[in-house]
Amino acid sequence: MDRDVRTDDSARTAPRTAQSRDEEQLLPQLVAHLREHRTRLRQEWAARIQDAHLLQAMTPQETAAETTSVYDNYVEVLETGSVEALQHYARDLSERIIPRGVETHEVVGIVLLLRDVLARSLFEKYQRNFALLNRVLDAYEPAANRIANTVAVSFVEERERVIRQQQDAIRELSTPVLPVRERLLILPIIGVLDSERARQLTEQLLTGIRTHRAKVVVIDITGAPDVDEAVANHLVRTVDASRLMGASVIITGLSPEIAQTLVTIGVDLTKMNTIGDLQGGLEEAERLLGYTVQRREPADR
Amino acid sequence: MTGPALVSIMRQGQYLIASIHTALDDSQMVRFQTDLIEKIGQYRSRGVIIDVAALDVLDSFGSRTLRDIGEMARLRGAVTIIVGIQPDVAFAMVALGMTPGAVETALDLEEGLAYLDSRLGFGVSRDRMDRSSR
Repeated sequence: MDRDVRTDDSARTAPRTAQSRDEEQLLPQLVAHLREHRTRLRQEWAARIQDAHLLQAMTPQETAAETTSVYDNYVEVLETGSVEALQHYARDLSERIIPRGVETHEVVGIVLLLRDVLARSLFEKYQRNFALLNRVLDAYEPAANRIANTVAVSFVEERERVIRQQQDAIRELSTPVLPVRERLLILPIIGVLDSERARQLTEQLLTGIRTHRAKVVVIDITGAPDVDEAVANHLVRTVDASRLMGASVIITGLSPEIAQTLVTIGVDLTKMNTIGDLQGGLEEAERLLGYTVQRREPADR
Repeated sequence: MTGPALVSIMRQGQYLIASIHTALDDSQMVRFQTDLIEKIGQYRSRGVIIDVAALDVLDSFGSRTLRDIGEMARLRGAVTIIVGIQPDVAFAMVALGMTPGAVETALDLEEGLAYLDSRLGFGVSRDRMDRSSR
């Protein structure tokens, strides 16, 4: 009755109105169907995850728990059309499973499997009526694709966040400026010294001199495998800048290779105070600062 | 050269303490140089401390003038030390070709005073007495 009236109103808008009306009716029907067969469909899905060898980093119990909540969330999104709650859940889930080594293809894989399992159950239910099946799929597919999209994006975003966090951590750790004694800093450099790290090193060292009121700084490059000309020149400038700030710099641990490279490429290191190893550097620094370190003989105790 | 001085030059016993508060342009820098060199003779100062802690930029002319002041002061019989160079300024000065050693530098005013005391043979204790008796 109602529908007839609308068709009369305007022939142009009629199909669209009819379609959206269809969706309005079909989606609750669909959701009811998925709720009704929840256990069977969920088990089918879990079995297919198993067959595809996905989520092997998780125990069967964990997989069961997660699949149940993913399933419920999935149906809820179909019902409400709002992906917000799912987004939240997906991010939360990603946070839990990323440290377990779950990969992007697995997460996308399981969501797509669920989509297929549910689609098949719809085929089964509506196989007698092809026109109706088509309309059901019209309603189902966009929602299902949006869910797959949301989960994948949330997972990748979470992963990127973790990577960014780790990068920050590495960046902070890469050039520690450590106070050893009052007014004495050491700066161990470990790993390849590229121009970005060299710039960062300068910044940290100069501000470190300021905050710790350092008079002597020992830069130990035992752990640096290679130094190129640009970085070597940068290092020389850093040493000069430190001197302008009132701190003298001792460089220790120049490897034979680096020593040869620096002299061959002609970096002027004549004004640099270099000492063989960190121990010698610290002893020299203590001497400059007027410390005398003495080992107590057992008899003195 | 006219106008008010932008750098305060204070006398502290045998030392002159010059504190630069704002970035100076070239003519102001020259004015500062003239004033300072003149005051060294006027007060018979033995040491000069130039505090640049308030500066976050220093151009090549500024760096060179500071170095020149050090040399001129030496000719007038005073030791010069520059204190309070900010990290960024320090790196910029090196990039502009200002090598350390041309003029003495120290972390801050306190360090500068300690350096002059040891260099000129005044004990720290005497310095303290001087300050408290004034």
